[in-house]
Amino acid sequence: MPEIRVTPLGAGQDVGRSCILVSIAGKNVMLDCGMHMGYNDDRRFPDFSYITQSGRLTDFLDCVIISHFHLDHCGALPYFSEMVGYDGPIYMTHPTQAICPILLEDYRKIAVDKKGEANFFTSQMIKDCMKKVVAVHLHQTVQVDDELEIKAYYAGHVLGAAMFQIKVGSESVVYTGDYNMTPDRHLGAAWIDKCRPNLLITESTYATTIRDSKRCRERDFLKKVHETVERGGKVLIPVFALGRAQELCILLETFWERMNLKVPIYFSTGLTEKANHYYKLFITWTNQKIRKTFVQRNMFEFKHIKAFDRAFADNPGPMVVFATPGMLHAGQSLQIFRKWAGNEKNMVIMPGYCVQGTVGHKILSGQRKLEMEGRQVLEVKMQVEYMSFSAHADAKGIMQLVGQAEPESVLLVHGEAKKMEFLRQKIEQEFRVSCYMPANGETVTLPTSPSIPVGISLGLLKREMAQGLLPEAKKPRLLHGTLIMKDSSFRLVSSEQALKELGLTEHQLRFTCRVHLQDTRKEQETALRVYSHLKNTLKDHCVQHLPDGSVTVESILIQAAAHSEDPGTKVLLVSWTYQDEELGSFLTALLKNGLPQAPS
Amino acid sequence: MKLYCLSGHPTLPCNVLKFKSTTIMLDCGLDMTSTLNFLPLPLVQSPRLSNLPGWSLKDGSVFLDKELKECSGHVFVDSVPEFCLPETELIDLSTVDVILISNYHCMMALPYITEHTGFTGTVYATEPTVQIGRLLMEELVNFIERVPKAQSASLWKNKDVQRLLPSPLKDAVEVTTWRRCYTMQEVNSALSKIQLVGYSQKIELFGAVQVTPLSSGYALGSSNWIIQSHYEKVSYVSGSSLLTTHPQPMDQASLKNSDVLLLTGLTQIPTANPDGMVGEFCSNLALTVRNGGNVLVPCYPSGVIYDLLECLYQYIDSAGLSSIPFYFISPVANSSLEFSQIFAEWLCHNKQSKVYLPEPPFPHAELIQTNKLKHYPSIHGDFSNDFRQPCVVFTGHPSLRCGDVVHFMELWGKSSLNTVIFTEPDFSYLEALAPYQPLAMKCVYCPIDTRLNFIQVSKLLKEVQPLHVVCPEQYTQPPPAQSHRMDLMIDCQPPAMSYRRAEVLALPFKRRYEKIEIMPEPPPRPTQPTSSKKRKRVSEDVPDCKVLKPLLSGSIPVEQFVQTLEKHGFSDIKVEDTAKGHIVLLQEAETLIQLEEDSTHIICDNDETLRVRLRDLVLKFLQKF
Repeated sequence: MPEIRVTPLGAGQDVGRSCILVSIAGKNVMLDCGMHMGYNDDRRFPDFSYITQSGRLTDFLDCVIISHFHLDHCGALPYFSEMVGYDGPIYMTHPTQAICPILLEDYRKIAVDKKGEANFFTSQMIKDCMKKVVAVHLHQTVQVDDELEIKAYYAGHVLGAAMFQIKVGSESVVYTGDYNMTPDRHLGAAWIDKCRPNLLITESTYATTIRDSKRCRERDFLKKVHETVERGGKVLIPVFALGRAQELCILLETFWERMNLKVPIYFSTGLTEKANHYYKLFITWTNQKIRKTFVQRNMFEFKHIKAFDRAFADNPGPMVVFATPGMLHAGQSLQIFRKWAGNEKNMVIMPGYCVQGTVGHKILSGQRKLEMEGRQVLEVKMQVEYMSFSAHADAKGIMQLVGQAEPESVLLVHGEAKKMEFLRQKIEQEFRVSCYMPANGETVTLPTSPSIPVGISLGLLKREMAQGLLPEAKKPRLLHGTLIMKDSSFRLVSSEQALKELGLTEHQLRFTCRVHLQDTRKEQETALRVYSHLKNTLKDHCVQHLPDGSVTVESILIQAAAHSEDPGTKVLLVSWTYQDEELGSFLTALLKNGLPQAPS
Repeated sequence: MKLYCLSGHPTLPCNVLKFKSTTIMLDCGLDMTSTLNFLPLPLVQSPRLSNLPGWSLKDGSVFLDKELKECSGHVFVDSVPEFCLPETELIDLSTVDVILISNYHCMMALPYITEHTGFTGTVYATEPTVQIGRLLMEELVNFIERVPKAQSASLWKNKDVQRLLPSPLKDAVEVTTWRRCYTMQEVNSALSKIQLVGYSQKIELFGAVQVTPLSSGYALGSSNWIIQSHYEKVSYVSGSSLLTTHPQPMDQASLKNSDVLLLTGLTQIPTANPDGMVGEFCSNLALTVRNGGNVLVPCYPSGVIYDLLECLYQYIDSAGLSSIPFYFISPVANSSLEFSQIFAEWLCHNKQSKVYLPEPPFPHAELIQTNKLKHYPSIHGDFSNDFRQPCVVFTGHPSLRCGDVVHFMELWGKSSLNTVIFTEPDFSYLEALAPYQPLAMKCVYCPIDTRLNFIQVSKLLKEVQPLHVVCPEQYTQPPPAQSHRMDLMIDCQPPAMSYRRAEVLALPFKRRYEKIEIMPEPPPRPTQPTSSKKRKRVSEDVPDCKVLKPLLSGSIPVEQFVQTLEKHGFSDIKVEDTAKGHIVLLQEAETLIQLEEDSTHIICDNDETLRVRLRDLVLKFLQKF
């Protein structure tokens, strides 16, 4: 029985380390190759030994697909391809291909230079890994091999984020990566056509949240920032260099402009300008409004937002600082946080999701005393605010996508088990499809019933049509033909054509039955009686009386002969081929019953 | 399968393909060479052009003098320029399901089709094609609307009148289809009917046909199209290039195994080598500027201009031209330069990798930053303040009949220091210059057409091996001016089928297969509906002779057959040899079986059980089909 198998190596009932194995029609595809922000040990990367204990990954995997540039979706890629060893194709969109290596290098620097980790991937490995990348366009059908094809759909979320359809023959799986169903200030909304996959693998970060309108959240955010700087406080906004940062920058920039504010806004990393440049060059991936107006005013050229210098953190007076990384787990955002945490006038706004184990997650769950390295305890007096700006679909959005794609079943990843459970029930109730939520290492198996496409010869098809019945869409239909399988192509042809193509001759099987009739008249008259009897009985058939005295019903031949011994008996010879067997044996049975008395 | 040919212009095609009950229009080219018959539209009042004498017939009648003016020894129509539309009567255009656009030059007639024929379908094109196509239309509309001309001329189009006119007006064709330019509103409405597509995207049309755009290497977002069903494939090749310029390279491999390859949009200047022309362009430009003259380059606002600017970027410093201002004047100049930088995914590999750094893919960004290249929406406004000579001006329209170029022709035409360099191949430069004669200005003709030449075509056809080639008739014979050049035509086997305007071709297709899906197991036989109301009549029992029984093949070896019969309880078997085989006699059952190489004949009494038993034994030796 054909089946689709799915095993999450990461992101199963968890957020972080996205990595999902899919087997479909004998093809193995790995979806994403992420790292986990909450761990610093082995657990931060997926366990690739699950894929194969011995032997090379390249032999086992047909391709790897990366949905977007966030490290929890691509952070383990150089480790996977260069240290574990994989030489097959890695697919991602152009913006992801452009930005991914920069974030990987950033990540590597923090791990190796700042934390002094050994046995980590090197810059060269990132470069070598990126050489294996094949960039894909939106909606382009990429033929991975003769059978396996993939197609990218716009996912919103961050620049270049994509959902992927993986298809073999009539079986398909859609993997959403992270997506956003509402357009924001710089990106559009995710979209997919009614592609009816066998399985939809969707993220479920906000499985239980229905977020209020974006406008409210924006107003809230601006109000909090404004109030804090008004009373002389400093605002720290931990972000990732690309993505949410640009949206919030656009928001603050327009607000500053409108309110004519002079308080400085800084962006902490040198990446900003570069990041903004990527947005300018890949403007076709942003939302409609930005794309339409970019010639007149490029939204990614900021007037009020300036580059941050480390020394600025100690400056007196209010300021707003965007600093990386976004979960306060390392780097500059954590340094600034430590400096400002003690002052209740200051504020930290967490605009996105924080993984368990990070400082961000701790303060958001209400912890106010943090144990830092070297047994130091940091007391958090500054205000902590959480605002969900991360561009994930909320419960409503997820349901909307399921409705758009119309899958036969749904599988949840990238979320917390408890919340998933709730969404799972909701999906099963509303769409009446089965919904799965495997843990890491757990395999879900779905049986499929693939259709078998074959080429039918036009001659055979026309013969079918000539019988008057037009083929009805979606209804099975019985027809006789010969299936020729050759070089992996299936063709259905008429039996005659099949014999001809195979160089065979037909073997004709003929039957002739003797039917004895009591009739004293001459043979010709007997034949005539047979003719009129059959003509009356078989109204729908072509009954003919031939000049030589014989009678035909369709292609069945009936001849009357004298009996060699008994002149009062006539012998009817009924002759037909194997193909007319039903009618032939029907006729003999009919004639055996005798002829009706001729009107005298 | 039929092809309706609505345009006779080989590089501005418009064909309609009827393929498996879908009606697909391939491109929507607008033939603008008709504008050459009109007077230029001057942006600035020109005493010369506004005081031309009306034209009178030989017999002195002057009824045409409002419509026709004599200028530089030629006769021109004095009205808003008009364009030659594709044929609209050959086929009911409201039945067109989809329009496939291959590049931005081949969509200029789109508003005429989508807005005035009852068209209700969808148009498919790539994003760069739509964006740059919009710029080209916007520029054209702007050029024409900027110089309002109340007058329209129609008297001269009367067949009996046209006969009396001097050439080339006398020989102008299809004049009744000539129309004025559309409005911006019509452009917007037409463009709103476009659905964006990406290369190698498979688009299903009504489940019957699949269309796919492929990179054609000619311009930003330019595509060839594959139109296929499961067993038939038509490749539409339009405006393709194998040269390495800025666009993504041409995808040739996907064109293989076509039943029909429709070939349009080859180079218009098969004898010129584009690289050589670029070299000549640069040296002529440098020479003129060094002598203190100005250079005028009539051009479209997108396309080859990007390559020219890139060449100049590399050339100007070494040629000592770094102090010479370059002006790009077009209502869409800024947009064109900006748009060129954001289509990284549609560019050649070199340019793509620049974006990854991230740097703008085209060096004209740097030319603008360093103030070497300046762009203006028109000669009015800022330009008049900044204008310094000697300089180089890129501006449209290449027909020299409208746009800012008209002003520069009037301004610079009288000095032999200046040079006009023609790079666009769409218009004959001599005809374009006709209303400006006599000219003191130097004229250089450097047409740059990167589209396929005949050598490349014959290589391509050998590579992709289509069963049949269909092309405009111009490609099946040498160009009229070079009738001895047998190499300047398509040479393939079987010979290409040619078409001309308003022709309908039946395409040579032999459809032999159709796709169906089969179930792994046959469904249960439907149970006979038992008729309850009427009593069954005998005829209702008659078996349906339409149920097909399999054909048989194989032969029956007589010894084994006899053994089998014996095993199954038949005795008293006698075998006789005949000329063609054997006769097996079952004496007890009064049955005779004739065995021959390709036939078996069972002759028996009317004993159905016996017959069926024998049948089954015979079938054991045969294969069913």
